[in-house]
Amino acid sequence: MENIKYIIEKSSRIKGLIDTLYEKMPEIESARGKLVTESYKMTENLPIIRRRSHAFAHILKSIPIVIRENELIVGSATVAPRGCQVFPEYSYEWLLSELDTVSTRTADPFYISEKTKEELREIYPWWQGKTTSDLAKANMSREAYEAFVEHSIFTPGNYFYNGIGHVCVDYGKVLKIGYRGIIAEAEAALNKLDVSDSDYVSRSNFLYAVIESCEAVIEYARRYSALAKELAAKEANGERKRELEAISKNCVRVPEFGATSFYEACQSFWFIQLLLQVESSGHSISPGRFDQYMYPYYKKDLDAGKITRERAQELLDCIWVKFNDINKVRDAASADGFAGYGMFQNLIVGGQDIHGMDATNDLSYMCIEAAMHVPLPQPSISIRVWNGSPEDLLIKAAALTRLGTGLPAYYNDEIIIPSIMARGLTLEDARDYCIIGCVEPQKAGKTDGWHDAAFFNMCRPMELVFSNGYDKGKKIGPDTGDVNDMKTFEELYNAYKTQQSYMIKLLVNANNAIDMAHAVRCPLPFQSCMVEDCIGRGKSLQEGGAIYNFTGPQGFGIANNTDGLIAIKKLVFEEGRFTLGELKEAMRANFGYGVHGAAAERLTTEIATELVSQGLSVNEDVIRTIYDEVTNQTSLSPEQKSRYKEIKRLIDEEAPKYGNDIYDVDMFARDVANTYTKEVEKYKNPRGGVFQAGLYPVSANVPLGASTGATPDGRLAYTPLADGIGPASGRDKKGPTATANSVAKLEQSVASNGTLLNQKFHPSALAGMSGLSKFVALIRSYFDQKGMHVQFNVVTKETLLDAQKNPEKYKTLVVRVAGYSALFTTLSRSLQDDIINRTEQGF
Amino acid sequence: MQREQIKGRIFNIQRFSIHDGPGIRTIVFFKGCRMRCAWCCNPESQNREIETIIEKDKEKIVGQDVTVWDIMPELLADKAYYRRSEGGITLSGGEVLCQADFAGELLKACKAEGLHTAIESAASLPFSEIEKLLPYLDLYLMDIKHMDSEKHKEYTGVGNELILENARKIAQSGVELIIRTPVIPTFNDTAEDIRAISALASTLPGVREHHLLPYHRLGSDKYQGLGRNYALKEIEPPSKERMEYLLSVAQTSGLKCKIGG
Repeated sequence: MENIKYIIEKSSRIKGLIDTLYEKMPEIESARGKLVTESYKMTENLPIIRRRSHAFAHILKSIPIVIRENELIVGSATVAPRGCQVFPEYSYEWLLSELDTVSTRTADPFYISEKTKEELREIYPWWQGKTTSDLAKANMSREAYEAFVEHSIFTPGNYFYNGIGHVCVDYGKVLKIGYRGIIAEAEAALNKLDVSDSDYVSRSNFLYAVIESCEAVIEYARRYSALAKELAAKEANGERKRELEAISKNCVRVPEFGATSFYEACQSFWFIQLLLQVESSGHSISPGRFDQYMYPYYKKDLDAGKITRERAQELLDCIWVKFNDINKVRDAASADGFAGYGMFQNLIVGGQDIHGMDATNDLSYMCIEAAMHVPLPQPSISIRVWNGSPEDLLIKAAALTRLGTGLPAYYNDEIIIPSIMARGLTLEDARDYCIIGCVEPQKAGKTDGWHDAAFFNMCRPMELVFSNGYDKGKKIGPDTGDVNDMKTFEELYNAYKTQQSYMIKLLVNANNAIDMAHAVRCPLPFQSCMVEDCIGRGKSLQEGGAIYNFTGPQGFGIANNTDGLIAIKKLVFEEGRFTLGELKEAMRANFGYGVHGAAAERLTTEIATELVSQGLSVNEDVIRTIYDEVTNQTSLSPEQKSRYKEIKRLIDEEAPKYGNDIYDVDMFARDVANTYTKEVEKYKNPRGGVFQAGLYPVSANVPLGASTGATPDGRLAYTPLADGIGPASGRDKKGPTATANSVAKLEQSVASNGTLLNQKFHPSALAGMSGLSKFVALIRSYFDQKGMHVQFNVVTKETLLDAQKNPEKYKTLVVRVAGYSALFTTLSRSLQDDIINRTEQGF
Repeated sequence: MQREQIKGRIFNIQRFSIHDGPGIRTIVFFKGCRMRCAWCCNPESQNREIETIIEKDKEKIVGQDVTVWDIMPELLADKAYYRRSEGGITLSGGEVLCQADFAGELLKACKAEGLHTAIESAASLPFSEIEKLLPYLDLYLMDIKHMDSEKHKEYTGVGNELILENARKIAQSGVELIIRTPVIPTFNDTAEDIRAISALASTLPGVREHHLLPYHRLGSDKYQGLGRNYALKEIEPPSKERMEYLLSVAQTSGLKCKIGG
């Protein structure tokens, strides 16, 4: 018999809420776009922080509101379920050019009406030159901009085009004192100022903006109260009538004042969570330690006999559904990378409290139960694990893993706490960490982490070594010499470090340019008022108001670079099986295999466009010739082709690979990872903080792999790069323990912006109580060895293949992509294939 | 010859095994077996000789000779997992007892490292071979496939007299003993077959568990790779309902019974 705690019956209400939400394709709405434009036009003479609060208030006053059928927790950003608003102040050109294709694209399509298109076409021209994106571009050095846009060495595109997000505000404080309390704090701070202070103008403006924003939120909740009252009056069903009256009562009380019941706390929480995502388009607005700050309200009601566990569970489940009501439209390219309508709202349970004692409570279990009741992608639920974690909690978590939604993710207190302390957090703050977005640790309510600052493709500097700094015919990297002249492995490895360090410098420039653009054009008074010490310092998060400030760009491609360098060391320098020059030619020729499919078409277009730009005439015959050369490599002799294939075979079969628990290889991988992490941490950001590296690609290993040529590890051109910090796909031959041992050898504590290990299991591995226990033991053992994070996909290969064939049968099949879960059928085909190909661990 | 220089012939070391003894385990597969069970899912384990198998159109050598110290590092690599899961090392095969001297040395080295040890074996060799292992063994997972010696011989190539005699002696030695029965349709999947085995098991001193392992075909491709014929092509694995029924039959012996390892 399985003994899993806190199995609570699911309320019949929940299925209906989910069905309503998933009735139709998500829709783009124009209300916010119109209102923000109107407000900006009215406030051209105000300082930016006041323009922001005015716009926020203007939006909340008039944006349509809706209470969906049978909801207990209310508040939606759009009338359409799972709809999204637009945020032209960050960028708009991409949407303008995609208005006619956004509903038909394969990854994350959105319906958009002709009327909405028209309205957006009308407002967009006003924003020309005024967006954060425009300013970021102007701020950036030419070299950095080109490395980003033209050469895809790295991409900070996320914050270049959108809000920052990636924050966990002090929810507990708002639940306790309400926005009325925050307004009082801002007023007290204003009273302390003297008009003669040198920074009086900026501080007072910020505080006025905070007050205006909080008042707007209170008014917004009152609109919901009035709507609920109106609906209640019309409601024939007595039970629903009473529910609507309760909603109406709730929305008068919260979030203006502190919550007095668990229900009020739930509603208050939801307004905070929702409105953070109306103020800005930044994703990864993470609820953090929800089980901790919600617990006092639950406990008080439970002890007083005012609530049953079943009722509390129903409210939690309602919130879980609401997390999926928030959506975001991204440009087509980003949608491929972030596929699955990801919002990355990360909610974490368990772990230590600030005193180092275990903090698990009823709600920790009930949050996991909610994730079982509501098998949707949001929120990303995470579990903090330490030596003192109750076995019952982990068994419960494992039972959730077994459902195959890719949730939860597991985090190791024992490594994350010292790792972020080394970045300057106090012991108490470090013990109180939560996870933002995919895998990034931060102390809630005190941090502007700028996590997810950029993806840095570590395989590109390696390409630059072989081209001596050239890419697409242009010199973009430093001179590191011709590989034909390199006499030792160290020469080659040093060349790699030189290329990479230079590109990291450009990455820092790009990040800081964007950072400044947000401070100048999009400071966020509402978000800032819930993060210490913005009110005290009188400045927004974006201007450095937080206690802890970081910038966290993440590198990936460790496995590919490690396997490649190890192969070169052994086969070129130790055994002389081929030369670096030969390898260079072989890679340029994609090891004699040609390029096929979409990549071949893209390449053909690129070459044709280049010819045209050189003034040559390109007709159909020329295009056919180019395509033929790209796919069949007719210009190569059969001898050349077979030699290149032989080189790949040697690399594939005769060089050891990362991920198989081979000490020397794994320790080399550690060194490769450190070439990135220890270089990144040398730099500072404009908010007074430092850079800290992460090691994870989210799912960018697929789209960025598509712009990476063949690599020295034998990987063919334009195919996906290795996922997370794990081994390259299919190269781990010794099972999950060997993989985990290898990955644990990386110095993960230096990657304090987070690391990511995906493992895939067949459901049979988690069968029965003994399966669950062994699974928990596997996690604990990886964590004993200083692993930071691990997550699992538990689904059969057959299921996934069938879902590709019959997507209509699998509309709600959720899989873990990388740091988040998504609906499988909404992912691009290549990402689906990548998930299928990840080594399946069924025994 | 030094004891630690004894060589054993093995064909695989499989880490993260979770169905062959308690916890997370590493299994060492021994090459060579006296029996020729028609359903064997590791046909490459049967011959003592090193041979070649075709796997996904590629030739692969099956079998290598190793000393205890050649393989101990790999067996120790997952120590962290054994500790957390109360797992350890399982020797399997093939028939471990065909190489009892090597197996004894290997188990001794594992015990010296504080690891939990188990073997999967049909105990079809003289007890003197088994005795070489017992001092270093925590758990004996022993197959009893059929109570009728004639039928046993027909399907496995050997009678069951020695096996049953050994079962009693192993039980008396005090080592933990679990009886396991692969349930093979047409061979031993009737209620009488299972009841008889379970009844015998319940008379062995100290034996508390009887496990029923449903027949599967996952090894059938390997026969082709070895250029051999798979005799049970026509047989379907037993249904879940059938297994549940046989489980209830086995339970009448009073033993703790379960489906799977």
